[in-house]
Amino acid sequence: MIQVLLFAGLKDKVGSSSLRIKEENITIEELKRTHLGIYGVEELLQQSMVAVNEEYAEMDTILKTGDVVAFVPPVSGG
Amino acid sequence: MRQYWMTKDPIQINDCIERVIRPEAGAISTFIGIAREFTEGKRTLYLEYEAYVPMAVKQLERIGREIQDKWPEARTSIAHRIGDLGISEIAVAIAVSSPHRDEAFQASRYAIERIKEIVPIWKKEHWEDGTKWMGDQKEQVAYHDGKLKRGGK
Repeated sequence: MIQVLLFAGLKDKVGSSSLRIKEENITIEELKRTHLGIYGVEELLQQSMVAVNEEYAEMDTILKTGDVVAFVPPVSGG
Repeated sequence: MRQYWMTKDPIQINDCIERVIRPEAGAISTFIGIAREFTEGKRTLYLEYEAYVPMAVKQLERIGREIQDKWPEARTSIAHRIGDLGISEIAVAIAVSSPHRDEAFQASRYAIERIKEIVPIWKKEHWEDGTKWMGDQKEQVAYHDGKLKRGGK
């Protein structure tokens, strides 16, 4: 099981701040392609950075069960 | 006392100052970001800030480490607000102390620029005629391939 966290515009478009996905040993890129395609948020995902367990990660990171993946749309703090 | 924090409560700049003041310091530079009412003539009613709080705190701490790498004698404290902010309320407060003024000025500028690059916080504008999540205000090329712009030396 992998938990996916969504924020800001991504959260609004998907309609949820958190998804639980029954997968393991897949890359973030594969997770995006196979599980997030249905939400029609490709462009926002393309612009987003990604974090695994609260640290920025690369798209080819392999996800283990229990990992928390966060898609971080362009930030606007300050 | 934590040097870096996210809060739903109003921020006072003194909260940051008291965390960096020390006998070795000869200067403290502060930066305050506040909710702007008019942007190019368009009126904002209020701002809403959302964050991935535990990661945002880690990234603020990381900015503090980057500052210490670049200016070893600087000490930093940063607070960022989340939730709904009325006009002119403080969104972010930064204080940097150092023995001399130059490092303090440079480091506080560095801190706010890095916040806008790497800290997972999002601002939603609420106007009279709608709302919008703001993003990519620095128009960084680095965003478009989903990679993190590295900070540092």
